[in-house]
Amino acid sequence: MSLLELSGVDKKFRGLHALSDVEMSVSEGEIVGVIGPNGAGKTTLFNVICGALKPDSGSVRFSGTDVTGRKPETIARRGMVRTFQLMRPFASMTVAENVSLAAQHHTRGAARLRDHATEVVARVGLEEWAHRPATELPTAGLKRLELARALAARPRVLLLDEVLAGLLPAEREPVLDLLAELREQDGTTLVFIEHIMAAVMRLSDRVLVLDQGAVLATGTPDEVTADPRVIDAYLGEEPTTDADA
Amino acid sequence: MTDTAVESRRQTRPGAPAAPPLRPQNRQFAVLAVLVLLAIPLPLILPSAQGAVAVRILIFLIMAVGWNIMSGFGGMFSFGHAAYFGLGAYTSAYLLVEHGVSPWVGMAAGMVVAAAVAMVIGYFSFRYDLKGAYFALATFAFAEMLRLVTTSSDVVNGAVGYQVPLIQGSSVWQMQFPAGSPAYFWIALVLAGGAVALSILFRHSPAGRYVVAIRDDELAAASVGAPVMRHKLLTVALSGAITAVAGAFYTQYYLFIDPQLAFGSSVSIEAIVTAVIGGIGTIWGPVVGAVIVGSLSDVTATLLATPPEFLSFLQGRSGLDVILYAVMLILIVRLMPKGIFGTLADKISERRRR
Ligand SMILES: Nc1ncnc2c1ncn2[C@@H]1O[C@H](COP(=O)(O)OP(=O)(O)OP(=O)(O)O)[C@@H](O)[C@H]1O
Ligand SMILES: [Mg+2]
Repeated sequence: MSLLELSGVDKKFRGLHALSDVEMSVSEGEIVGVIGPNGAGKTTLFNVICGALKPDSGSVRFSGTDVTGRKPETIARRGMVRTFQLMRPFASMTVAENVSLAAQHHTRGAARLRDHATEVVARVGLEEWAHRPATELPTAGLKRLELARALAARPRVLLLDEVLAGLLPAEREPVLDLLAELREQDGTTLVFIEHIMAAVMRLSDRVLVLDQGAVLATGTPDEVTADPRVIDAYLGEEPTTDADA
Repeated sequence: MTDTAVESRRQTRPGAPAAPPLRPQNRQFAVLAVLVLLAIPLPLILPSAQGAVAVRILIFLIMAVGWNIMSGFGGMFSFGHAAYFGLGAYTSAYLLVEHGVSPWVGMAAGMVVAAAVAMVIGYFSFRYDLKGAYFALATFAFAEMLRLVTTSSDVVNGAVGYQVPLIQGSSVWQMQFPAGSPAYFWIALVLAGGAVALSILFRHSPAGRYVVAIRDDELAAASVGAPVMRHKLLTVALSGAITAVAGAFYTQYYLFIDPQLAFGSSVSIEAIVTAVIGGIGTIWGPVVGAVIVGSLSDVTATLLATPPEFLSFLQGRSGLDVILYAVMLILIVRLMPKGIFGTLADKISERRRR
């Protein structure tokens, strides 16, 4: 049975059809990559799944219950946690405080919260920054903080919105290893939006391609990248290697 | 650099700041205890005119602590805290005058009423997503409405207001003492100390941390499981209840309350100015602000009553305090945007990190 299931999800912004009749299903422990051109509706999809936006129609089911249009905090507490493409740190707090806040709903007590935060901060490689104001982080650091905060909330399903963007190729490796490890060790289910195809190919069990709000294709990474419609709509536009086109 | 400074840095790698204390509230409680102890003998030392200023300072302090919880920690800028001050004042005055209820019970009742009203206004404001200037306007409008309602309502004596009935001698239970008695100061000190202690407790509780996170970024906070509505309501309720304490005590101290004194916009302004000058969103900002604003309000009052020769045109005028507040606000916002305490605290922690 699938852990996360969307059916017939529709979302319009004024005239713009940001999501149209989206069907999607993710099983426990699966890693699903979401790709598509800019403005395809990927972030909107996350917003609808996590309760930041209500869909106009259709339903989102998580772990057997209908969570369509529920509040973001309800959905987060049930175990679906997302990161933000445009990073949203708590500006008045240090990095460690940002992270420990996310652990508050399952951990009590100053000492245990601190230990949990310390562990998660180390896991994403931000130890040096732990007690500095989050606003002092460079972009790459803020991306890691997004990841750390989501991890600290103990997700069953982790939804990542372009966490690799802005990282140097050398910085991506440890993050990719961490994501792979999350499934192995914690059994976390992953849905991740990513433009970097190398990462998508390496991590995903399955890839979902969005184009103009609609699901263009789903399948294994190899199937999807061989699909002429996908090449046409997305992959063709930009180089899949680092070589200049 | 001293040896101890080197020592304390060794725990982490160079450049990385050391971990803050696990329970920062412990130090704040210790500071509060010292401040309260130092303040206890004040009414015995100060001449009685200054004693009255000290009580005024404590009233400002309670108001500013209340305002700061909602608008500083919570980031919900209130321009209508007179509503909660007035509800505290009127609830206790009404119960005392009409039903002979002890002012202590009246104060507690006022806190409950203010908290309930704050939650109702809050609920509708949050439900319909009133933010920033719109939220401030809604709170202002509500306080004005209460002022007009009390002015025109016979149930609470209309524009005349309430006079606290005088008793023979003194009574703690009736919260009444001979004029100039140090007991007023001590009661105010307990109330103000309690308000600051509550604000410290709240700020470092899980709920208080959620509230600050929601202020910083509501969607991000909700997305890691912060129950938004519940925490906003808790914040406004606590803020309203603390401010009501100031109103109830004010009534007992000055023995009189009317709609303008209780719900007038100058009450809201005093709460804001005190917190802003001291430092919004900090524990000690309202304390620093209250000492400054409370003292100044006395200076302006004296100036207006008996101006020196060259200022004789001020004789008998009013409004000087409001002008002074405005000037101070402009100066603070220009020179120390985080308030006196907030700016100094930042400077110190910056230097520590160097
Ligand atoms: N809150 C909103 N109000 C109005 N329009 C919106 C809103 N959010 C997204 N849109 C529009 O919906 C479309 C899909 O946006 P979305 O952010 O989901 O795309 P995306 O696939 O995440 O793109 P990118 O790869 O650039 O992140 C875009 O045209 C965008 O301008
Ligand atoms: Mg996006």
